[in-house]
Amino acid sequence: MFLQINDVSKTFDDKNQGSFEVFSGIDLNIEQNQFVSLLGPSGCGKSTLLSMVAGLESVSDGSIVLEGQEIKKAGTDRGMIFQQASLFPWLNVKENVMFPLKSMGSKKEAEEKADRFLQMVHLSRFKENYTHELSGGMQQRVAIARALAMDPKVLLMDEPFGALDEQTRHILHEELMKIWEETKKTILFVTHSIQEAIKLSDRVIVMGTRPGKIIADFNIDLPRPRRRDDPQVIELEKKVMGLLEVEINKVLKEELSYESHS
Amino acid sequence: MKVILKRVLFLFVVIGIWQLVYSLGVYEKIVFPGPLQVGQALIKGFTTGDFLNALGASFRHLFSGLSLAILFGTILGVILGKSKQADETAGMYLIALQSIPSIVWVPLAIMLFGFSEFAVVFVVVLGGTFVMALNVRSAIHSVPPQLVRAARTMGTNGLSLFFRVEIPSSIPYFMSGLRLAWAFSWRALMAGELLSNGPGLGYSLRYAQDYARMDQVIGIIIIIGVIGAVVDQLVFSKLEKNVMKRWGLLKT
Repeated sequence: MFLQINDVSKTFDDKNQGSFEVFSGIDLNIEQNQFVSLLGPSGCGKSTLLSMVAGLESVSDGSIVLEGQEIKKAGTDRGMIFQQASLFPWLNVKENVMFPLKSMGSKKEAEEKADRFLQMVHLSRFKENYTHELSGGMQQRVAIARALAMDPKVLLMDEPFGALDEQTRHILHEELMKIWEETKKTILFVTHSIQEAIKLSDRVIVMGTRPGKIIADFNIDLPRPRRRDDPQVIELEKKVMGLLEVEINKVLKEELSYESHS
Repeated sequence: MKVILKRVLFLFVVIGIWQLVYSLGVYEKIVFPGPLQVGQALIKGFTTGDFLNALGASFRHLFSGLSLAILFGTILGVILGKSKQADETAGMYLIALQSIPSIVWVPLAIMLFGFSEFAVVFVVVLGGTFVMALNVRSAIHSVPPQLVRAARTMGTNGLSLFFRVEIPSSIPYFMSGLRLAWAFSWRALMAGELLSNGPGLGYSLRYAQDYARMDQVIGIIIIIGVIGAVVDQLVFSKLEKNVMKRWGLLKT
């Protein structure tokens, strides 16, 4: 197996409120070259799980193994893209893409790689610009180029298009599909958008909340590019929506009851 | 251009009022000299080289004092910014020390080092160090955690993270610290020199007062004000603005 998440739990220790369990006993096997989405309402721990795969969060119990190696800390074999592009404002676009390459070979190689991946995200024209001169969508494309330049085994994406407007999001979906077909990276994609998950993924893992858990696991065999008005897509969306509604109602009910008690 | 015109016009109005009060003889001429006398005192002070020597000495004190203040302040600030333990232990005292007006240190400096130039430098160092340290501390705290997380996913850790992410990210706030350290040091310098045995601009000021040369006193006050404004505008504010713009913190 390529990426294994074995019986993983996450507990946050809070000095005031005791410990808080985000999820426990999560089991997942991700195959190589697949595009897998983690879909769920806020609070289900999908982003926490992704951060654990990235090595930014510790694993409370269980293990995460990538190609036979247990993940203990962050490393260049996993590239992460956040909701905010998280580019370095003191570097220009090209220098940003070269940032992770500093310890990975000569400067010339780094420059060639940066040029190649900036071309892949169609930003060659802006390589000398500073990041604050770019739009949100362009910044996110720089972040994608930067992650790809490290040639990671897995690309981890944490609601990468969540802060963008609808049109930009659609353009970036298409670009991401092209990049994925070109590079054949394994992608683990966190989102709360059902449409986004179904449009992009080979496999959608639906998570529930309180406590976080996997409630469904769909393989999506529909041909790409997928159209939103495709009856099969609509059918799937309805099915997932039905599952999530139960979860969202659970959260709502809990929040409302808390409100009436206090 | 229009702004400059307004400012020049304003200056003329102020000088005019000054001349008017002088001509009316509200105060005795020896206590309250007119613009002309002050202008003459300034010209004379510069042509004899007295003011230039004093200025040279002042800048020498400032340069050594401010450099040390920046050095100590940066070291202190980095320690307090990086170590929560240190910050909880000593952070509050730093704010207390920063709030002490630098002239308060002068008696201590004189007792410790006598009426020497070193005593002046000592006061300048104290004047600049604490404000620098506080700003460097905020600079370190201001590093967005998101950038640190992103850097970690790119295999950057420890010292490399500090030098490649935390330092460049905090430079705009570091620049603000620099500007404030200069402003505080400049004030401390004048306080220190005023009570010193010279040489220096502050010393010349007291010397002029001792000999009741009010034209020189006002002339030196003008020099002090002009230098303060010019250095701030042409050096530190400009530097800070350029950095802010470059870091995308200032929209143009």
